Amino acid sequence: MFAFTIRRIAQGILVMLIISFLCFTIQHAIGDPVRDIVGISVSAAEREALREKMGLNDPFLSQYIRFLGKAVRGDVGMSFFFKKPALEVILFKAPATLELVFVSSVIIIFISIPLGIYCAINPKHILSRIIMGMSIVGVSIPVFLTAIMLIYIFSVELHWLPSYGRGELVNIGGWKSGLFTISGIRHLILPSIALSSIMLPLFIRLIRSQMMEILETEYIKFAWAKGLHKRRIWFIHAFKNTLLPVITVGGVQLGTMIAFTILTETVFQWQGLGFLFIEAVERADTTLLVAYLMVVGVIFVVVNTIVDLIYGLVNPTVRIQGTR
Amino acid sequence: MEHLLELQNIVVRFALRFGDLTAVDDVSFTLDRGDRMGLVGESGAGKSVTGFSIIGLISRPGYIASGRILFEGTDLAHLNEEALRNIRGNRISMIFQDPMMTLNPVLTIGTQMTETLQAHMDITDEEAAAMAVDRLRMVHIPSPEKRLNQYPHEFSGGMRQRIVIAIALLMDPALIIADEPTTALDVTIQAEILDLLLELCATGKTGLILITHDLAVVSQVTDKITVMYAGRIVEMGSTDTIIHDPRHPYTQGLINALPGSRHTGSRLNQIPGMMPNLLTIPPGCSFHPRCPFMMDICTKQAPRLKYYKEHERQISCFLMENQNKGSI
Repeated sequence: MFAFTIRRIAQGILVMLIISFLCFTIQHAIGDPVRDIVGISVSAAEREALREKMGLNDPFLSQYIRFLGKAVRGDVGMSFFFKKPALEVILFKAPATLELVFVSSVIIIFISIPLGIYCAINPKHILSRIIMGMSIVGVSIPVFLTAIMLIYIFSVELHWLPSYGRGELVNIGGWKSGLFTISGIRHLILPSIALSSIMLPLFIRLIRSQMMEILETEYIKFAWAKGLHKRRIWFIHAFKNTLLPVITVGGVQLGTMIAFTILTETVFQWQGLGFLFIEAVERADTTLLVAYLMVVGVIFVVVNTIVDLIYGLVNPTVRIQGTR
Repeated sequence: MEHLLELQNIVVRFALRFGDLTAVDDVSFTLDRGDRMGLVGESGAGKSVTGFSIIGLISRPGYIASGRILFEGTDLAHLNEEALRNIRGNRISMIFQDPMMTLNPVLTIGTQMTETLQAHMDITDEEAAAMAVDRLRMVHIPSPEKRLNQYPHEFSGGMRQRIVIAIALLMDPALIIADEPTTALDVTIQAEILDLLLELCATGKTGLILITHDLAVVSQVTDKITVMYAGRIVEMGSTDTIIHDPRHPYTQGLINALPGSRHTGSRLNQIPGMMPNLLTIPPGCSFHPRCPFMMDICTKQAPRLKYYKEHERQISCFLMENQNKGSI
């Protein structure tokens, strides 16, 4: 398990190096740090002097290494618009997005697992057919449309839930959380449903098809022949095996979900990373874009490493390979 | 005396969109305590389906269309699911073909053994573990206490089949149904597993149904043989008489196809043609297209399974009936 962990971490670092290189290349190609600092009302000669002083005329590779050295210490540059370190801006906005993704993940886990198992056990039941049909519809409707429909129904027509913003927040050691006030939770409901609307049907379908396949295997047939209770066969024997591919896909999809927050946050005016990213694109705030990509990259890598470690816990064969 | 197991005119059908397929047609046999019966035939003869029908585990959409399965006096064909569950793994247990596929890869051997015990008895984890260790010792697994915490992939194929046998033995069943238990194993391991099965059956009063296509295996282990072809029994009697003097042309074909019955270097005998699939079972005797002794009547009428005293067995073939008439 130890060797396995070390190897996964090494792979994670490699992925981060590649991401940082891509980010730097983008910034190098489209960004202009001089403008970021002095604006546009400075003469060309002064700009050139500043470029030389900042090392912007140095070879590409030495600039990259300098960028990497600063990035490791948490400095990816100043945001042109906020006049603050980009990472600070990102970290200030991150809790909103992470809470949204967290609540959506909880919704997905607690709904997709029971529904997926139900559909796998009773594939011909009318209820399973309805769930399967709905899931096709769910996958096909884009997030922003779901979001707008939710706002129309629950905010505009029924006046049940707020349609934008995060509501009342609690500050816990610098982390502004909406999970501990009623207003905050009410504000979370619609965005998190909208965000989970794409992944939820996918996971129901994934769990169903995996589990149906597992239920046909010899070891499940043997479990029946041992005279086990059906609940034990379904929830222990079949489900534990179903989990393996679901965990793998889940790790990748969690990253995708962070990307999907861009749409959800825009519709709900949710002050998180996705919203920040769209603003940064509009303002050509390249440093902030790069910082966003790096932070999302880190989250992606960390989540996937954790997922792989969990996978090792569930699947005994992986553990053995790791130790060899 | 009451038999341990008595199949009476069992018919198994598979419900398909275009109608029902008959996979097992009017199969009857009896098995007494301590009997070891071989159920023999090519793939698709219906032998596995017959075996699984006994414990009500025919894969969907198969179902028992008619007949009775009397086991210790109870009709299993008409038993409710919970009562049947309590018989599975308890009074009747099964051994499957491929030990690499039979054990759940994510559960320890210990879990897979104790859960079987706890499904049928109200005992603590410690008691169950002690019984599991005992059974592992019976199938000659070294240091069984340590083995309980290991996963299936940490064992070889032969070891896994021993574990499967140990699981089958947990509740001291009255009947073990072994579906091709040695087919997926190396020849040397095959012999070990067969010896083990024999040893275990000889010590207890356990009945054994050995489902296989391998006549060599059958002749080593069983004392009676039931030969099936296209869902029907064609010949049934003691292993000795059938192996040394097969009467049904199909059984003769099977035995002639064994390598031992030919001189080294010459081609093996094989039965010409293929087992018909269930959709296209020929009319009359289903074996007639492949039979070297085919007569007119064989294409029109199906022979009945009858007991022939002079051959000490039941045979379903018009050749026998004609010989009989001749001799009378």
